Amino acid sequence: MFQVGDRVRTSAAAVPHHTRLPAYARGCAGTVVGVEGRWPLADARAQGAVVVQPVYTVRFSASELFGAGSHSVTLSMWEEYLT
Amino acid sequence: MTHSSSPLAARVRHVEALLESRGLVDPVELDRALEAFLARASPANGARIVARAWVSDEFRARLLDDAGAALADVGLSMGGGLQVQRLCVVENTPAVHNVVVCTLCSCYPIALLGPSPTWYKSPAYRAQVVRDPRGVLESFGFSPDGEIAVWDANAETRYMVLPMRPGGTEGWDEERLAGLVTRNGLIGVAPV
Repeated sequence: MFQVGDRVRTSAAAVPHHTRLPAYARGCAGTVVGVEGRWPLADARAQGAVVVQPVYTVRFSASELFGAGSHSVTLSMWEEYLT
Repeated sequence: MTHSSSPLAARVRHVEALLESRGLVDPVELDRALEAFLARASPANGARIVARAWVSDEFRARLLDDAGAALADVGLSMGGGLQVQRLCVVENTPAVHNVVVCTLCSCYPIALLGPSPTWYKSPAYRAQVVRDPRGVLESFGFSPDGEIAVWDANAETRYMVLPMRPGGTEGWDEERLAGLVTRNGLIGVAPV
């Protein structure tokens, strides 16, 4: 479980199945800014399984995601996507 | 390419036909549910929410804290589609301007904003707005002050922007204020 303010890193691996972790946000460090409750993991649901996990709102700097830019990008991350 | 002529749309129609032929889906029921949902889906809903937030600090605070619950105040809900969706409203300030995208597909709060514009679903917008939001906003003729915060609706949350109330609108009632709010403003590619 993570809490607001925690520094987290997204999974770097490309997966051979449906996922809602966009490629541009793989292997990046961000900060948890919110907790969205528990939702069925999209990756499992696409394979016919129900796996419910906490989802976190995670903010990334553009420089972390793209190596340039002064804006932020905020995404939702199932717990499995984070370390 | 239009939505209805795309290869994906053809696949969806094919799957729908298979489901109907095997009796798994009732086409009349499906059409009825879609029509009922779309008849209520309009940017006028988002505009009413914004106008209420502009006149009531108490509503605005609850909207930003738990948008789904606050919607009941204006007779709306996020439960009109196939499943209840989590709504998050993000507030523009002089320091931060918000803009919404779904980089993976086209997720969007249809009930509050009406059907999404074609450009919102385009690969160009989805790829560029996370990398160069200021450049994308300039292509809409809009150069906001302050920092830019991009929200990617990549999972279960749908986002709506709460624009800043324009100056010179003191004393306006909610209905008149709502008339100022545009769909593009609710996505974040216009000031209001």
